Amino acid sequence: MSEKEVKNLEEIFEAKIARDEKIEPKDWMPEKYRKTHIRQMSQHAHSEIVGMLPEGNWITRAPSLRRKVALLAKVQDEAGHGLYLYSATETLGISRDEMFEQLHSGKAKYSSIFNYPTITWADIGAIGWLVDGAAIINQVPLCNTSFGPYARAMVRVCKEESFHQRQGYEIMLTLCNGTEEQKQMAQDALNRWWWPSLMMLGPTDDASTHTEQSMKWKLKRKTNDELRQQFIDQTVPQADILGITVPDEDLKWNEETGHYDFGKIDWDEFWQVVKGHGPCNKERMQTRVNAWENGQWVRDAAMAHADKQADKKVKQAV
Amino acid sequence: MSDNKKNKKEWPLFEVFVRSKNGLEHRHFGSLHAADAEMALENARDVYTRRNEGVSIWVVEAKNIKASNPDENGEMFEPASDKVYRHPTFYDLPDEVKHM
Repeated sequence: MSEKEVKNLEEIFEAKIARDEKIEPKDWMPEKYRKTHIRQMSQHAHSEIVGMLPEGNWITRAPSLRRKVALLAKVQDEAGHGLYLYSATETLGISRDEMFEQLHSGKAKYSSIFNYPTITWADIGAIGWLVDGAAIINQVPLCNTSFGPYARAMVRVCKEESFHQRQGYEIMLTLCNGTEEQKQMAQDALNRWWWPSLMMLGPTDDASTHTEQSMKWKLKRKTNDELRQQFIDQTVPQADILGITVPDEDLKWNEETGHYDFGKIDWDEFWQVVKGHGPCNKERMQTRVNAWENGQWVRDAAMAHADKQADKKVKQAV
Repeated sequence: MSDNKKNKKEWPLFEVFVRSKNGLEHRHFGSLHAADAEMALENARDVYTRRNEGVSIWVVEAKNIKASNPDENGEMFEPASDKVYRHPTFYDLPDEVKHM
């Protein structure tokens, strides 16, 4: 294809997106659109899968059967979300195994928040409330993104996600209405998860390299800073109801802007964790790689069984 | 891991169709990998119907689907666009004619 023809196709493509038409897998698309989507969607899928680990840590130690079934269901949902997203990404021409390889080799990233440890039961509450809360804010606009399979997967994800946040908040509420020690535990979890949750919404707009292009493709409908502000505005009153304190001395309501002003985010910490130096990066990846490698014989056995069954059918037919 | 990856066989891809309730058609819900159709059906239940989203599931191996090519949408679909006479509004009838 000549350069001029590609340029022409690109113009038709951009106009299609501007008209809010969806792009489907077999439609022509610029290489950069394909690559950007593979990167973002697989990263999103990896985050769901790695996101199971910090919470899985507490399934056997959940304080009641009610909490245990809820946590199990939540972790199972996350596996499901990972699977919706992996298969949506595959429509762009990358295989599942390639994506796993990119994750395991460190080439592909996942949300850096999952590199923090879950050391008390209150962390499970804080994750549901804050991490899933931030995820919902990130994900709701994606239900309208331009790539059809991604948008459809996100509709399913968002439908299921609100139970996650409510179960987390209920855990926090129960702790905050409990003994002084339990309330302290909730406060401690908020102290540790607050700032990483703010970072989860991504670098500030002036430091975000992908924002402009992503807005154009409707991969993003609001900037990171807008999403962060929205998260803070809706979460602070929820902390007030719990009766615990957001660990930010500069946090205060601004009558003029109608938003909360907040303190400085430690972006050095964020980049350290992204680069692999968070408290649990190595442990998380090791767990993933082990699960994949130790499961190889199961996958092989299932495939061998399927082949044998297929052979049998052929022989019977003859 | 990658040393012997080449000779490992990836589970094939299946497309999943779910009937939400009787009276509705099966609709495409997504896809998944499974060793065979049997397993695809079980996995589809766990992946796509955890909240009573369906009463019936179809799975079909993705390679068995023949799809039209959007690049050829012209030849494929344009023949229908100049046949206005296939629509009831093409025919001029006086207003007095009722029930038609």
